[in-house]
Amino acid sequence: MTSQTSLRETESYNFAYLDEQTKRMLRRAILKALAVPGYQVPFASREMPMPYGWGTGGVQVSAACLTPEDRLKVIDQGADDTTNAVSIRKFFQRTAGVEVTEATTGATLIQTRHRIPETPLTEDQILVYQVPIPEPLRFLEPRETETRRMHALEEYGLMHVKLYEDIARHGEITNSYAWPVMAEGRYVMTPSPIPKFDNPKLSDNPAVQLFGAGREARIHALPPYTKVVSLDFEDHPFVASKADHACDICGSHESYLDEVITDDQGGRMFVCSDTDFCGTRSAALAAERG
Amino acid sequence: MDGAEMSIYARMKGAEPLLSVRNLSKFYGSRIGCADVSFDLYPGEVLGIVGESGSGKSTLLSCLAGHQTPDEGRIAFDGRDMIAMAEPERRRLARSEQAFVHQSPRDGLRMGVSAGGNIGERLMAVGARNYGAIRETALDWLGRVEIDGARIDDRPSAFSGGMQQRLQIARNLVTAPRLVFMDEPTGGLDVSVQARLLDLLRGLVRDLGLSVVLVTHDLAVVRLLAHRLMVMKSGHVVEQGLTDQVLDDPQHGYTQLLVSSVLQV
Repeated sequence: MTSQTSLRETESYNFAYLDEQTKRMLRRAILKALAVPGYQVPFASREMPMPYGWGTGGVQVSAACLTPEDRLKVIDQGADDTTNAVSIRKFFQRTAGVEVTEATTGATLIQTRHRIPETPLTEDQILVYQVPIPEPLRFLEPRETETRRMHALEEYGLMHVKLYEDIARHGEITNSYAWPVMAEGRYVMTPSPIPKFDNPKLSDNPAVQLFGAGREARIHALPPYTKVVSLDFEDHPFVASKADHACDICGSHESYLDEVITDDQGGRMFVCSDTDFCGTRSAALAAERG
Repeated sequence: MDGAEMSIYARMKGAEPLLSVRNLSKFYGSRIGCADVSFDLYPGEVLGIVGESGSGKSTLLSCLAGHQTPDEGRIAFDGRDMIAMAEPERRRLARSEQAFVHQSPRDGLRMGVSAGGNIGERLMAVGARNYGAIRETALDWLGRVEIDGARIDDRPSAFSGGMQQRLQIARNLVTAPRLVFMDEPTGGLDVSVQARLLDLLRGLVRDLGLSVVLVTHDLAVVRLLAHRLMVMKSGHVVEQGLTDQVLDDPQHGYTQLLVSSVLQV
């Protein structure tokens, strides 16, 4: 090693922060995950310069997928401008030097926390989810050895016990997010905590969907056009729901809404959780009105 | 026709045994768990296994139920080799045609799940996906094991020991298994609760034509429930035969000791 390269290494990062061997390990895990939709592939999760729970899994998967030509978009609960999204975007700007964007249509790789963008994705895009708990059976069966065996043998009765309990206790299945799904008729997986409103978008999606859980060291994936079914009962079917309201900024009836408290007198407004969708729509409407 | 008649009938007719065990052995290192156990269990028959603690009866039961792999011997369930069978199929059998009632309801129940959910689990595991139908079946089974239907949404942790045990039985029998393994089902219950549970078990076994392998150290329980009896000592079967015959005219020294050790009230 020449003194020049060692100097360069101390001054800057390898492309996208992780070293090449780590990225190679991650890519092998990602390929395996894509080959077996919904199956959780263990990987050697690295310490990242951010706390667990802030998207360390998603960041590692993104780092393994990024190329210098990529254009990156990062969203947190649909928004491009929240702390988590801003800091991860800056992280890759600094360590990978890639272009970034807020436009869903302009991005080649989108890292997301808890939402799927409203704008339909294309075959040229990769959607990377940050996943806190990749095991859908975790709160029903605490032993990892046992949950792995349950997946291996397709013993998913317990998952429905959970749904049964919800109906028995509350009259309906109470999950409003992280509603468990069946990938390609084989593996039950958690969609990361996206709202159940987004569940239908998981299925038959043209984009590659990758799920990274850093603390739990698991990657799972949905290749393009995978059939994904939300679990339910015949007499209590899955319904993708949202606040029954229109966005107070752009007026959309179709997008998922956040309820924002505006004062201490009970004032509130509903706005799109997808800031890019809302902004683009508002601008188009403004242009129409002239 | 009750269970006893049915089993005698099955034996006389030369029917196939439901469970057939040959030369079964399980070793823990150089120690014997159980050695050279052979028996046939016919449809509708209740086999009691008695012996002191450490005699190998629980080892035998866990080998039969597939919780442990025996070192030697063969187990055939309904003509199918249970040892060579692939794990998915064995576990599928274990939750459909077989059942296991644990001594402690805590091992056999999900304590954080309501009574209805506990009963419904096996149904959902074999593919039931209609909430209304699952609930109806759960209510029916609560009635059969004498638990008030109004408690369907209560968790087992709010139940008494006897109720928990009855719930565990309902949870196991809901998929109409043909063979039930029971490990000290009345252990840890006071005598009046025991009596009711035994009554219930006897009724269910007779009505459903269940075959049962029942492990206990309580001779009164086998006297009431078991048609045939196997006495184990130090991992070996020392005596087996019809329950009344073994208990009234014990041949082996250990069986004689066991029978004479029962407190007469």
